[in-house]
Amino acid sequence: MMKSPEDVLKQAAELRWQLPQNLHDRIAESIHGEAARIAGRSVTRSAGNRRLAWQQRLDRILTNPWTAFPIMVAVLGVILWLTIVGANVPSSMLATLLVDQGHALLTEWFVAAGAPAWVKGLLVDGMYLATAWVIAVMLPPMAIFFPCFTLLEDFGFLPRVAFNLDRIFQKAGAHGKQALTMAMGLGCNAAGVVATRIIDSPRERLIAIITNNFSLCNGRWPTQILMASVFIGSLAPKGWGGSIAALSVLVVALLGFGFALLTSWLLARTVLRGEATSFSLELPPYRPPNFWKTLYTSLIDRTLIVLWRAVVFALPAGAVIWLCANIPVGDASFAAWFVQLTDPLAWTMGLTGVILLAYIVAIPANEIVVPTILMFTVLVTGAAGGAGAGVMFEPDTETVRTILTAGGWTTLTAVCLMLFSLCHNPCSTTLYTIYRETRSMKWTAVSAFLPLVMGFVLCAIVAAVWRALN
Amino acid sequence: MSTPDLHEPGEACVACPSRFSQLRKLGLRIEESDYVVALAGNPNTGKTTVFNALTGLRMHTGNWPGKTISRAEGGFSYENKRFKLVDLPGTYSLLSASPDEEVARTFLLFGQPDVTVIVVDATCMERNLNLVLQVLQITRRAVLCLNLMDEARANGIEIDTRNLARDLGIPVVPCAARSGQGIPELIREISLMAARSDAPSPRRLPLEIPGLRLALDCVEADLHETFPRLPQPRWVALRLLEGDREIMQAVRSGDIGALAEPVGAQFTS
Repeated sequence: MMKSPEDVLKQAAELRWQLPQNLHDRIAESIHGEAARIAGRSVTRSAGNRRLAWQQRLDRILTNPWTAFPIMVAVLGVILWLTIVGANVPSSMLATLLVDQGHALLTEWFVAAGAPAWVKGLLVDGMYLATAWVIAVMLPPMAIFFPCFTLLEDFGFLPRVAFNLDRIFQKAGAHGKQALTMAMGLGCNAAGVVATRIIDSPRERLIAIITNNFSLCNGRWPTQILMASVFIGSLAPKGWGGSIAALSVLVVALLGFGFALLTSWLLARTVLRGEATSFSLELPPYRPPNFWKTLYTSLIDRTLIVLWRAVVFALPAGAVIWLCANIPVGDASFAAWFVQLTDPLAWTMGLTGVILLAYIVAIPANEIVVPTILMFTVLVTGAAGGAGAGVMFEPDTETVRTILTAGGWTTLTAVCLMLFSLCHNPCSTTLYTIYRETRSMKWTAVSAFLPLVMGFVLCAIVAAVWRALN
Repeated sequence: MSTPDLHEPGEACVACPSRFSQLRKLGLRIEESDYVVALAGNPNTGKTTVFNALTGLRMHTGNWPGKTISRAEGGFSYENKRFKLVDLPGTYSLLSASPDEEVARTFLLFGQPDVTVIVVDATCMERNLNLVLQVLQITRRAVLCLNLMDEARANGIEIDTRNLARDLGIPVVPCAARSGQGIPELIREISLMAARSDAPSPRRLPLEIPGLRLALDCVEADLHETFPRLPQPRWVALRLLEGDREIMQAVRSGDIGALAEPVGAQFTS
């Protein structure tokens, strides 16, 4: 008769009693012993080498709490500064080429071909313009940020960051490896969520998944950078704009880190209670990054793929934007109605109805938030000349500023947008990834609404305090 | 940075007996393969770098343990045989696992690769050998890729590879995958191992624990009776004797039988 699985287990359980109690340890010991013997026979080390000493010295600096934290913040700050200052010129060149000249040229062609106004509107003012903006806003910063980040990754900096932050994460009831998954989230939150697989404990893994959204992803960096350069950098004395803008983005990024810790702490104290498990992480040797290869990989694989995704989302979004702004509902367009209705609510949060509408259109991809806001501002409020018809921007920061100011923006709006961009629901790709990893609608919903509610509250408080002070 | 272009081997390579010129990188074209080769090893030993060197793909690498979190597949062909190469997340041990390590463990145990390439970090042999010994308990066809030899040399570490190969009972190939050193020799050893008709006998652990051998025989026989197609019944038996909850659950629900399905069927997602 065939034995049932239960029988097999029972048999094994009985036999287990006849074996030494510390079977697991004895097996592990015998493996360790054997490994040591074999290694001893084949490996010889010559004493004292300069390379090791150099690495140890570097580690002493990079993992000492007094020096490590300033260095980590400084490294992030320098990368942001390089990104902001370096992207400025190519960004406005791309904008001149694609948005200004490209749009004018296409308009000319469509008019010459005798295309109906709505066809030209949908294709050129909608789809083309949204895509052109996405490329101009995203490509240069990403082409600088990704390679810098990958070089650090290849060098071996990330495990040190995780090592330094472990104590803090442990105090918050989370796992030290969450630092690594958050670092991955700086590129893309969906990737960050998948990276949480390196965390063994399901409880801590869930915390890491829910809080990954507080790492600014590549779709949100451009929003931060543009707002910081246009509204905050311009407050600074001449020549300091770039540095002040970088500093303000750095503050937002660090704030995100703080929120991630706070949320982890709250979750670990309430619905996801439990002990923090210990973690071991190997600190790999520092390795000189393979510069050209890294540059190539991060430009071709990461930057272009990310850009491609943005373009794929921007094309239909452009159509939606144009339709929202041009399909009449009663005596005004749908977008105008929406903006009018939500403006009072948005005002309490320091935002505008246009921003709220943009965030709804941009649920599939954060990348298109900035173009959407700009296009709605022009199309709906009629800023910078004729609504609907004149879709023109002279695309430098000064004109972005003119358009937005005409749309009723102040420094407060920019600050609140930066905060809201940090603190709102993850994009649909990330939400789907969260669902796939957790297999739970409940936790997916928590991941979506928790940051959204936090964002609303945060912006409302900031707006109220700001207005009280002024 | 002059990494040699592996598509066009230099004169020395063409002349050398490794016949590296017969390598064709197939990238993702892996539909019909003659052999399945798994890449296993501790985290951050350069498995993905070896993978990229063999397949011509450009999977992301990073200098931190845990970069590869799910398996990747690619292919190469050598001497008219097509090989499917499976890159696995790093793992310290087959005895316990986090979700990413689980992927590696399950594939090594139940995916039944034709050849398992164990990539080890030459700068810390002793710790890496722990996994090597465990992998050798469950497969007879393995090749040791002694990676990061350049770093080991820079750190003043010498490794007697012939001695090591004799001790382990499997071929040992010193490599520096980042610069492509040793990759031709590695390919040759993989292809030789795949084509071998006799099974080599790598080192098995003595496991001299009173009563263990008998108990293992007993449970293994039971398992074989209940799940005739289960690969690695002896390893599963050991886990049951140790009281591994996950494995016990898999036996109780019968899921362990499903693991015996052919490679392609259950790892498609």
